[in-house]
Amino acid sequence: MSARSALSAPDIERTLRRIGHELIEATPEVDSLVLLGIPTRGAVLGRRLGSVISEISGYDIAVGTLDVTLYRDDLAGAGHRTPSPTEIPEGGIDGKVVVLVDDVLFSGRTIRAALDGLTALGRPSAVKLAVLVDRGHRELPIRADHVGKNLPSSLAERVSVRLVEVDGVDEVVVEA
Amino acid sequence: MKHLLSAHDLSRAAAIGLLDTALEFSAVAQRSVPKLPTLRGVTIVNLFFEDSTRTRLSFEAAAKRLSADVMTFQAQGSSVSKGESLKDTAQTVEAMGADIIVLRHGAKGAAHELAHSEWVGTPVINAGDGVGEHPTQALLDAATLRNHLMPQPRGSGLEGLRVVIVGDIAHSRVARSNVSLLTTLGASVTLVGPEIFMPSEVTQWPCETQSSLDEAIAAKPDAIMMLRVQKERIDPEALRGLDEYITEFSLTAARANALPNHSIVLHPGPMNREVEIASEVADSSRSVILDQVKNGVSVRMAALYEVWGDHS
Repeated sequence: MSARSALSAPDIERTLRRIGHELIEATPEVDSLVLLGIPTRGAVLGRRLGSVISEISGYDIAVGTLDVTLYRDDLAGAGHRTPSPTEIPEGGIDGKVVVLVDDVLFSGRTIRAALDGLTALGRPSAVKLAVLVDRGHRELPIRADHVGKNLPSSLAERVSVRLVEVDGVDEVVVEA
Repeated sequence: MKHLLSAHDLSRAAAIGLLDTALEFSAVAQRSVPKLPTLRGVTIVNLFFEDSTRTRLSFEAAAKRLSADVMTFQAQGSSVSKGESLKDTAQTVEAMGADIIVLRHGAKGAAHELAHSEWVGTPVINAGDGVGEHPTQALLDAATLRNHLMPQPRGSGLEGLRVVIVGDIAHSRVARSNVSLLTTLGASVTLVGPEIFMPSEVTQWPCETQSSLDEAIAAKPDAIMMLRVQKERIDPEALRGLDEYITEFSLTAARANALPNHSIVLHPGPMNREVEIASEVADSSRSVILDQVKNGVSVRMAALYEVWGDHS
């Protein structure tokens, strides 16, 4: 199995800063942002992005998590999957600009599930999507508003995002 | 987990997984729209050969919160005999589109038999089989104990907790399932009751027994679970001693006051007030009986979710 590095640790940090600046620029009321990371690694990225935006903007940005397991369309026969906690920041999401944060955008099914999950939690004024890596191969009409890196890949390849908090190292690798 | 038949079948990891999943479902219950699309299009049949309004309603609520369709088959009376009749009924409801069967039956081992026969291909959840097992009751008790007594419920077992179960152990599937599950999760269990209410095989169970409730309370347990005196399952001869039973084994206010401050009181319901438990205790702040009911819906959601995830 061969592996090539797509993003290094400094690349990931720079990328999150860039996305942070983009989000601030695109959101007139920065304090209406609510970042919701999708567990496991999207939740980590959401927290990091939240601190980046808080630092740059001076606002204390609300960060939470949104688990989508219970909204997936492939549960039957999918085996044991314990849902991770969904944590909605105090103040909720009504009227807020919700940014879904995930590590890899692939088929789009996770994001479809996340959008369904959001409707049960409230009515944001807008929902955006920020991902670290977009590897293509969409199966649904979904696109990201903020992309760290476009990473064209073949279906046979595996894109792995590893983050210090979960995996002990920051890197994105493509394995064939 | 293809079926949920017995608390005995659950490994520590599987049990904690179910409880953690149930914790998420409890969080969903707090939302303004307490409903998930998870089992949309799945038909759940409650096959109840024995009366049980609470368990049936709890499974119905669980199924509905997961957006499943629910059908209930309630056979009145105990004249429905096992064997052919269970087979025919189960095959009939499967032919009507049942994807998961929740079975309550008066005969011990009925759920196991249905799950391991070739009669139907659906997952089976045991909702009580005679004096056999009642695994979802044990799970809801474990969930309640964990939420109230463990500092960090998610991911944890019940390490170090001391639980006393009082009453008619011999006729109680709740006690059977609880001894198994609570000890798997690391709690220690003491069974209390008169000798006639102790099953002969109790010496082989992973628990202590005690014939005095006062002594069990003096040992400062973290939780005490009062079982219902099941008049319908007891030989009328034995019932003559009911007054004596109340004197010795009822959880009176005085006994409850002798418990440590943090100790909680559980009861699987329905309660016989002033028989096994004083009204004053049942309605006190120690009582977590209504939490048990709430957790019942969540653990049944978890059980439905997991058997559906694992069915092939």
